[in-house]
Amino acid sequence: MFEITSKEKIATKEYEIWVKAPKVASHAKPGQFVIIRTSPNGERIPLTIADFNTEKGEIRLIFQAVGKTTYEMATMKVGDALQDVAGPLGHPSEIKKYGTVMMIGGGVGIAAILPILKELKRAGNKVITILGGRSADLVILKDECERFSDELLVTTDDGSMGMKGVVTDGMKEVVKRGEKIDQAWSIGPTVMMKFSAYTAKELGIPIFVSLNPIMVDGTGMCGACRVTVGKNIRFACVDGPEFDGYEVNWEELMNRLRQYKDQEKISLENYIARVGDLSWL
Amino acid sequence: MAVIKIPNNKTPIKEQEPGERIHNFKEVVLGYTLEEAVAEANRCLQCVNQPCVAGCPVNIDIPGFILALKNRDLPKSAQILKSYNNLPAVCGRVCPQESQCEGRCTVGKMKEHEPVAIGKLERFVADWEANQGTMNIPEIPSRKLGKVAIIGAGPAGLTAAADLAKMGYEVKIFEALHAAGGVLMYGIPEFRLPKSIVEREVNFIKSLGVEIDTDSIAGRSITISELKDEFDAIFIGTGAGTPSFMNIPGTNLNGVYSASEFLTRINLMHAYKFPESDTPIRIGKRVVVVGAGNVAMDASRSALRLGAESVKIVYRRSKEEMPARIEEYHHAIEEGIEFHWLTNPIEYIGDDKGNLTAVKCIKMKLGEPDASGRRRPIPIEGSEFVMEADMAIEAIGQTSNKVLLSAFPELKLTSHGYIEADPETGQTSVEGVFAGGDIVTGAATVILAMGAGKKSAKAIDRYIKSKKAVV
Repeated sequence: MFEITSKEKIATKEYEIWVKAPKVASHAKPGQFVIIRTSPNGERIPLTIADFNTEKGEIRLIFQAVGKTTYEMATMKVGDALQDVAGPLGHPSEIKKYGTVMMIGGGVGIAAILPILKELKRAGNKVITILGGRSADLVILKDECERFSDELLVTTDDGSMGMKGVVTDGMKEVVKRGEKIDQAWSIGPTVMMKFSAYTAKELGIPIFVSLNPIMVDGTGMCGACRVTVGKNIRFACVDGPEFDGYEVNWEELMNRLRQYKDQEKISLENYIARVGDLSWL
Repeated sequence: MAVIKIPNNKTPIKEQEPGERIHNFKEVVLGYTLEEAVAEANRCLQCVNQPCVAGCPVNIDIPGFILALKNRDLPKSAQILKSYNNLPAVCGRVCPQESQCEGRCTVGKMKEHEPVAIGKLERFVADWEANQGTMNIPEIPSRKLGKVAIIGAGPAGLTAAADLAKMGYEVKIFEALHAAGGVLMYGIPEFRLPKSIVEREVNFIKSLGVEIDTDSIAGRSITISELKDEFDAIFIGTGAGTPSFMNIPGTNLNGVYSASEFLTRINLMHAYKFPESDTPIRIGKRVVVVGAGNVAMDASRSALRLGAESVKIVYRRSKEEMPARIEEYHHAIEEGIEFHWLTNPIEYIGDDKGNLTAVKCIKMKLGEPDASGRRRPIPIEGSEFVMEADMAIEAIGQTSNKVLLSAFPELKLTSHGYIEADPETGQTSVEGVFAGGDIVTGAATVILAMGAGKKSAKAIDRYIKSKKAVV
């Protein structure tokens, strides 16, 4: 069992927890993920490792309550324990000195971009960060990202913080004023990654995206997470999760993410019926 | 001279009726009663040359345990079995006996006679012991001879672990998944091997002092150098571990599964109990399963139990080349699985939402024998046709999983990407590191993996003793 040592609500339905998982904490690198289960009947879901503390043997997970498992996690308290935490999984991000990097994060994807931009900063890159959200309250971890960025831009759909627009508007803005970007990362909702990859291609910027398909084991044993990259079928869990954004077949990924939509709805409805009102999350 | 009179046929065994069992995941074969088991034990000739023993990958004293059963001395029978085989209730259910012990049985060689039902007797004795509630746990030496790390809690790893623990080693198994058992847990369905039996056998191995660390991915959660520092020897029994796909157009349509994913969702994650269990699975109405091995049988029979209206197995060779156990094939036929021999899928067809709607196939014919010795299937030009399907499951085998191997570059691999290991000892190219099971041989059987685990346990014992003697 993997104890939750701290928990904080960081936005509507978005939470940050630290979990005791010494073997993961001592081996984790930016860009990797864990597979977790909440209970003996639980499903296995992947979550990016947002941070890790080797000394305390703890990892930081940031998630949004969207389905049964994440709703259940949101109701767990400090002292409760996750049934399983397995990892670190996936290839770490390729950290080196690129020159100037553009780090694009949206929604809870900001939690995944944070450890990578931290390491890229440490490796001597000039870091320009663009965070996007529907409104100001959904732009999480802004101060932390700012601390490790040379420049930080925020875009919101409603203009309640920063620039009114979406992350691709921010990308164009940065390039328009003459900044030369050597490498970009985009992590967030699939549709955001898709459009940031298209924009990056237009702007001639190489871009990594971190894919989040449905997984089961997370260790290459089942192939549930297969994605088409270029002409090849790849397993996001072991070949990724990061891939060249130009090459990803986005339509297929989005179709595959909808595979269990009906069952996911039933599962969540049953859970809410069992535990009662969760509108406070 | 007295003429030996032996009933021609095996003592019949009770099974769930096909019409009933296709609606549940409960075990199909219900097992012998004591009287039936003794009657079947009486069919054994107790012949001197014991060909059955030679046919068993772990050389169980088969006439010995059958004689004890015949004499109704069940504790002795169980004790004989357990001294050779740490997982008899599993082997009695899933071994391909027709090509091993029973394939060599003297009775089976007699005119019009079926062999002794050795597998069913093994199962009977193992289940009898378990139902007594008290497992006979052998005495374990208290002074430890050394520490051994086992990677993977499947048949190979569990067997090696149990044997080493009995010899007096401190053994720790690192298992990537959340449950021990490997393929016995995620691969073989409940109706063929109830998970409570796997858990029972795993608990027996734990009672020998073996520690099982689940959620531990060797090479990730613990590095190879950490393992080398902490342990005197390492045994790798990870299984093959990555599903192969035919890579035909449409493979990533919704509704196309690898058998590994389909069966893992059902067996390990209990998706057949959804929504009581959180893991969902698609319920296919018209299902096409590709391949004709045991995994294909398991996948097709599972799809039927989930509520499929029709399940078709397509296989590019003919019935003669089918690799599945004959018992499983018969069960599949009884349950209404359709077989389409000499048929190979060439494309998956989907709708505009990315859902599978049909499988395009081509007819095949058999040509000259290929490298496997089987006649090579050749497509018949112009014979393409379309099968409607909303689910397709590929059960065409596996390749080696690279998670551990990429973290262990010193390990020499074969040209097929499996670990190069001595077939007699499991010794790899790295000193103190042994390997066995599917990660050495490629996908094979539970019992062969167990045999490899046994051989490696002996070799590891010799290795550690000789090393400590030198020091």
